[in-house]
Amino acid sequence: MPAEAVIERSEKPAGAARARELLGRWEVLVAALFLLTCVVGQSLSSEFLTADSFTTASLDLSEVALMALALALVVVAAEIDLSVASVLALSSAVMAELWNAGLPLELIMPICIAVGALCGAFNGFLVTHLGLPSLAVTIGTLALFRGLAYVVIGDESVTDFPIAWTDLAFGNFAGTAIPNTMILFAILAVAFGVLLHATPFGRSVFAIGANVEAARFSGLRVKRIKVWLFVMSGAVAALAGIVISLRNSTAAANVGQGFELVAVAAVVLGGVSIFGGKGSILGVVLALALLGAIQKSLTLAEGISSYWVQIVIGTLLIGSVLGPNLVRRAREARGSRPTRRGKWPLRRAATPNAPQQ
Amino acid sequence: MTPDAPTPILELRDAVKSYGAVRALRRGTIALRPGEVRALVGENGAGKSTLVKLLAGVIRRDGGEMLVDGEVVDFHAPPDARAAGIAVIYQEPTLFPDLSVAENVVMGRHPLKGGRRIDRTAMHEEVQGLLDRLGVRLDAERPVRGLSIADQQIVEIAKALSFDARVLIMDEPTAALSGPEVERLFGVVGALRDRGAAILFISHRLEEVFAICSTVTVMRDGEVVHDADTADLTTDELVRRMVGRELTALFPKLDSEPGPTVLRVERLTREGVFTDVSFEVRAGEIVALAGLVGAGRSEVARAIFGIDKPDGGTVDVAGERLAPGRPLAAMRAGIGFVPEDRRQQGLVMDHSIQRNVTLTRLKALARFGLLRTPSERSLAAEWSKRLQLKYHRLDDPVGFLSGGNQQKVVLAKWLATHPKVLMVDEPTRGIDVGTKAEVHRLLSELAQKGLAVLMVSSELPEVLGMADRVLVMHEGRITAELSREEADEESVMRAATGQLELAA
Repeated sequence: MPAEAVIERSEKPAGAARARELLGRWEVLVAALFLLTCVVGQSLSSEFLTADSFTTASLDLSEVALMALALALVVVAAEIDLSVASVLALSSAVMAELWNAGLPLELIMPICIAVGALCGAFNGFLVTHLGLPSLAVTIGTLALFRGLAYVVIGDESVTDFPIAWTDLAFGNFAGTAIPNTMILFAILAVAFGVLLHATPFGRSVFAIGANVEAARFSGLRVKRIKVWLFVMSGAVAALAGIVISLRNSTAAANVGQGFELVAVAAVVLGGVSIFGGKGSILGVVLALALLGAIQKSLTLAEGISSYWVQIVIGTLLIGSVLGPNLVRRAREARGSRPTRRGKWPLRRAATPNAPQQ
Repeated sequence: MTPDAPTPILELRDAVKSYGAVRALRRGTIALRPGEVRALVGENGAGKSTLVKLLAGVIRRDGGEMLVDGEVVDFHAPPDARAAGIAVIYQEPTLFPDLSVAENVVMGRHPLKGGRRIDRTAMHEEVQGLLDRLGVRLDAERPVRGLSIADQQIVEIAKALSFDARVLIMDEPTAALSGPEVERLFGVVGALRDRGAAILFISHRLEEVFAICSTVTVMRDGEVVHDADTADLTTDELVRRMVGRELTALFPKLDSEPGPTVLRVERLTREGVFTDVSFEVRAGEIVALAGLVGAGRSEVARAIFGIDKPDGGTVDVAGERLAPGRPLAAMRAGIGFVPEDRRQQGLVMDHSIQRNVTLTRLKALARFGLLRTPSERSLAAEWSKRLQLKYHRLDDPVGFLSGGNQQKVVLAKWLATHPKVLMVDEPTRGIDVGTKAEVHRLLSELAQKGLAVLMVSSELPEVLGMADRVLVMHEGRITAELSREEADEESVMRAATGQLELAA
């Protein structure tokens, strides 16, 4: 038998291996955590599993949810965009200013999205053409765009948007308990899911995130793709800015402070590797559901301070970065028996099925 | 093995090691005696690395015994092996680039003076002495950054000697070295041997095994299958024992009729890297780009493909001028490029075999902008079959494959684009003899069918065995163009070392 055949043949039947693979997927774990939260949430408060609490919980999360979708693609490509909440604020500020100037909303909204796309293009340019790390660039633009928002509108806020539009943003879909913003989210989730998982573009994003050099050597237009990702992230953030302004009937420069961290949390919790190359939109959607459920259950629960929300989310975030590491170690340890002394063998350089070099 | 041989410094008897269900080592028996240079050879996946990791204390055996100086021992971790005087030099040195040579050598064991401060003078003197004893000219005070791989290996050897290693295990130390560098390394190895050290030398280059090793251990399918003096073996015999079958030929070169010019490179220049490189490759031709490491060969290939933007000159593919610095344009014009470093540049190691094969064909596999999974699968399956890839599932990460099979995946992803020109950079580096011959046969067949092949190679037998024409580079310039008849070891080496100018 040739050497490779010995190394590469697994002895488990394919079906069982597949089933185990499926159960071991991150998405399944997040879904399980979501169900657990629902059970706990219901035991803490009888109001938890109601249509009303679903409506309010999902409304509260609308903007973060939208931004997390585009951000997921950026993170899969091994980049990050921390400026999203500031783009949201800039979009809100521009919207307010143009409304004050008397433009119709139908015209203002495309302009806001274009402004967001421009912000994203600026991030993308700095990252790809000047070769700066996106973490540094977007921390910079996080301050810069927020500052611009204040320059545009100052401390003022605008609250006199037409009721038809604010009702649309605040209302539910056709008599159901589902907010309209969630319909928008669902449409975008499907769109980004298809883009990431079923198109050449999405496949290229995965390749870039996993090994940017190999992507370049395969003829992929790495810079162009990355710029597009930042543009999308900026445009979606601007859309979220429009949504939050209409939903609260308030446009101002101080909206959405700290949203970028929640969005990043959702992306990472959803199983998107912070090192790039791995993740799914489904995972991000499930993570958003989990975040929403945690927030709602803790705010509804009597006697628990709502500050616990942050502690729980922070812990989950660390767990989600730590988890895959632990799972891998457990798998490796299972791959070999304990030695005579009952100690686990040292496995520093060795990995099961490792290639020879 | 003679009965009156000295006691081995390090010995492994019937060692067994499994990873889960995979038995990586079934019978590992090897003895290293003082003053001996022993070769460890075998195809990839034969269990060489597992054996080395056992000796180095990186992993622990499941069965069998290990002896140091005739006494049974157990290594629990690499420091145990080091304490027993065993040092491993890996293919790619693991040094701190920003620290000096001396600091790297004494890392963790700095000589100290009062107040636990590092005694720099003592450190530099000690290390310089060590380097001088090795007979190499290397400044102990300079930083490691900027040193060639060869020099970095010397630093690793010095490091091993600084803790009085008696056994030196070298894992493919010559894979990235040029001719003169290999010579120098062999000089150092010889000096160590004469001082009574035992050396285990792992290499895929059989001529090196015969040049430097007195004994050889052959592994196949996780077992040590042969142990003999190199003097008692011929190359053919050794290859047969490694692969367990006859090899028709290592270089199955087929005759082919050169067609029209497909790749034309004119006055290509990248300042400080290569200058005025001009040549043509015709359909059906295999042209080798030979020369020493650092002569600029890979850089020329990279510039042709557009990874690096050249400062001047032109590249035409089948009469079409390429936009400089645009890999996608090169790809569309019909260039395929199998790069030097398959793990970093050739493949996305975490991704599946299928995703790697289809990465160059994404646009073609999409309809209405959506990837068609069945077409993707059948494309990957087709090329895996054509190249006789040994795999379990197409969904397995490509990192599960052996080096030779990984290289086949890189070839598959480029052949799937139906290129007119295929550039291969070190196509058989670090892959086993059996797969090597397969890759050579494949290139030869492709050329016969009309593909233009540009092959960058540091292995002289490969260059001489495969090429219809040999271009030799020296310090960024082409110094010779040799026909298959003119090219031999001497003519190529002379041009590569700059002793022969093109005009002469």
